[in-house]
Amino acid sequence: MSALLDLWTMAAVSAGAVFFLAGTVGLLRFPDSLTRLHALTKADNLGLGLVVLGLLPQAGGILDALKLIVIWLLVMLSGASVAQLIARRIAADGDRRR
Amino acid sequence: MIDPLNIGLVVLIVGLAVWIILARDAFSAVVAFIAYGLLLTLVWAQLQGIDVALTEAAIGGGLTGALLIGAASRLKRTENAVSAEQPGIALKWLAAGLSTAVTLVLAICVLALPDPAPSLADAVAANIGSTGVGNPITAVLLAFRAMDTLLEAVVLVFALIGVWSLTPDRFWAGRPGLKQSADPNGVLAYIARVLPPIGLVVGLYIFWVGADYPGGKFQGATILAAMWLLVIMAGLADAPAIDRGLLRFSLVLGPLAFIGIGVLGVAVAGDFLAYPVEYAKPLILVIEFALMPTLTLILGLLLLGAPQRAVES
Repeated sequence: MSALLDLWTMAAVSAGAVFFLAGTVGLLRFPDSLTRLHALTKADNLGLGLVVLGLLPQAGGILDALKLIVIWLLVMLSGASVAQLIARRIAADGDRRR
Repeated sequence: MIDPLNIGLVVLIVGLAVWIILARDAFSAVVAFIAYGLLLTLVWAQLQGIDVALTEAAIGGGLTGALLIGAASRLKRTENAVSAEQPGIALKWLAAGLSTAVTLVLAICVLALPDPAPSLADAVAANIGSTGVGNPITAVLLAFRAMDTLLEAVVLVFALIGVWSLTPDRFWAGRPGLKQSADPNGVLAYIARVLPPIGLVVGLYIFWVGADYPGGKFQGATILAAMWLLVIMAGLADAPAIDRGLLRFSLVLGPLAFIGIGVLGVAVAGDFLAYPVEYAKPLILVIEFALMPTLTLILGLLLLGAPQRAVES
């Protein structure tokens, strides 16, 4: 059972790392701010989500597991809001920047 | 043992430090400095210094970063003119010589440290029972070296007075910062409504567990100040006018309570800031509770800056 859980942790955290890698590559390679934001939010939401899901079986107890989930939710909330704010600013300034 | 994670951190930090110095415009340097602060947080966590890591993330990365972003955006107008000026050859050599000398002295100091380093950790561990707190860092900050913490709090008050003293005469007694006009139904207002309840709980939790676990008033106050600033930035509340009596009272409450308990120590325990053993924990708690609002307000007001508008009549 515990070997299965460890396997799950390895698979999920590795998958999360792939999303972070893809997000970082996107951040560096995409041509403009909006697409870069798009790449970044994938790393935040999916990457961190998979890492948290993978770590859940390793958490010390229910409380620790809940803390991990709350961290994920908070990062999603702040990530989504900040991405919106930056995107709106870009949309507002867009004509001047181009 | 050479750990790839640690090597990676060191390489990143040194590289980032070089980039901060070489960056052409102030804004890029500031952004790199914030990333640098976050990396330092990881280093402190690696060294098991969770208290320091929390402080570095809150003050070094967060607060200082926000202050520097404000400074960089104010300097933007004059930046090109300043960077176009070339210093004379003598000044360049002087700067290079001084920097090298400082680096050399620092390197010699580090290399001359005795090994193992002198440590008071055993003395702290032996005497922590007399303070009633469980976290050795808190015991050092509020009992063994309480004087340093008191002076830190006073320095923060002076820093705020320094910022306020830059106020133009016509705006004196006005509200700090510019009036915010965010969309009341926008994303910022939304997050300024959703996040503060969570932030308040987290900030107070970090403040409260500081007695026994990593955490404490500085880290907690930074989170509370961030929540307050978020509400102000979203335009849901306005910054207080700086001549409000209650505000000024709250600003000196922490240091005053600290000094009061210190003077009480002279009468009761025979020395300034000495606590009678049986009341050590409650007295430390009183100081922490009194310092909390002071620190929160000062950190927030430092970021808001000097008043730039008169009070609307």
